[in-house]
Amino acid sequence: MAGEDANLKQTPLYRLHVELGGKMVPFTGYGMPVQYPDGILKEHNHARARAGLFDVSHMGQVRLTGHGAAEALESLVPVDVVDLAAGHQRYALFTNEQGGIRDDLMITNAGDHLFVVVNAACKVEDVAHLRDKLSDRCSVTELTDRALLALQGPEAGAVMARLAPATRDMVFMTAAEVELEGAGCFVTRSGYTGEDGFEISVPAARAEALARTLLAQDEVAPIGLGARDTLRLEAGLCLYGHDIDTTTTPVEGALNWALSKVRRADGARAGGYPGAEVIDRQLAEGAPRKRVGIRPEGRAPVREGTELIDSDGRTVGRVTSGGFGPTAGGPVAMGYVETALAKPETALQAVVRGKPQPVRVTKMPFVPQRYYRG
Amino acid sequence: MSDLKFSEDHEWILIDGDIGTVGITTYAQEQLGDVVFIELPEVGQALEKGGDAAVVESVKAASEVYAPLTGEVTESNAALTDDPSQVNSDPQGAGWFFKMTIAERSELEGLMDEAAYKTFIEGLD
Repeated sequence: MAGEDANLKQTPLYRLHVELGGKMVPFTGYGMPVQYPDGILKEHNHARARAGLFDVSHMGQVRLTGHGAAEALESLVPVDVVDLAAGHQRYALFTNEQGGIRDDLMITNAGDHLFVVVNAACKVEDVAHLRDKLSDRCSVTELTDRALLALQGPEAGAVMARLAPATRDMVFMTAAEVELEGAGCFVTRSGYTGEDGFEISVPAARAEALARTLLAQDEVAPIGLGARDTLRLEAGLCLYGHDIDTTTTPVEGALNWALSKVRRADGARAGGYPGAEVIDRQLAEGAPRKRVGIRPEGRAPVREGTELIDSDGRTVGRVTSGGFGPTAGGPVAMGYVETALAKPETALQAVVRGKPQPVRVTKMPFVPQRYYRG
Repeated sequence: MSDLKFSEDHEWILIDGDIGTVGITTYAQEQLGDVVFIELPEVGQALEKGGDAAVVESVKAASEVYAPLTGEVTESNAALTDDPSQVNSDPQGAGWFFKMTIAERSELEGLMDEAAYKTFIEGLD
């Protein structure tokens, strides 16, 4: 089995995945479950209807400590970190000098430090980048002794309230230190599915016991990477390396909402991060292309890499993520198109196996977000 | 007399006289996972052994279905277009893809019988 390759790393839950019948595949250097015996469709639907448990321990967890940490981190992201209140979390982007995106990340003000979660595929470069640029102003510690679990779905709140009552009053994008099954955990109310849910940073040695306790709850089933992808696609959330990368800017990526006002051209702490000139110019003048939702009108999935053409047959864009959306009940996709064609309801064609198929530009998400805001 | 044969590309073909009914095997649908879309060949379409005949898409990916023999399509299973999940629930029954004529009976010799196919897939895991 590919997932047992000796060159692949294992998360603290590896044995549990195998025991649960997970189909293990190589993913960003780890052996990870792409699905369990239920299959992607059932897993997807379970996370939308009840609560799904995801192992995201392959992602990077980093602690930034020191009085200058927030100010220092602002030198790498176009986001307000200094005014992020204790116990609050914010989405951010590491940019490069061209205004491209090195990675997307979550930043949490944990009170006496900043807690940062980065993508698995980028974590080595991200930690090196943080050390290179910030070490003289704060300490950068990768938390390699912690696992990361995500519990996502409309019943996640009830499960967590049962195991850790203090989580009951948490709202979307807030954080708390709580004890779960006797282990000191750092919990945020956030996720990657569009549903209410939590991400739980837990000491690696306690991760399997906590996962077993969560799975023992009636509402909870394990969910693999396959359904993680369909869930995030329906939620309109970017997958780094596919929907955003070093060649796409935040403005092109339709991530303007993540660019804090205070860091924009006329803000109190404008610029001061890599690529600020490019990004501020695009905020003022627009970008040549934009990430949009794509809704195929037929039943055929339109997948990553598919060319998008206009009625004259001219190439106007490309799909960056696409597939079947189980909750949407049909194919869904996202991709980049020329900005002039980025308006919702614009009719385009996707070239699938050589044949043009009608699609429409559409607003995202494809399914309503159901975050808990109190 | 009918006769069930298998290809190395995980298609089955049920031979009944001069007509073969084609689908994908139980093993193939297990590997694909939940099937969400099928593109079937047109009636009258000429098929060449090993050439593209249909497309099956699961949640994960799109895969080609190859013609196990040379011939011409005589019927497509339109019910699959409305309910592609029949490929998962009954791959070697209701989940058939198309029927075809058999132009070269000698090509049958290159296909496996059920026992040989079973040995073949055991060697893949």
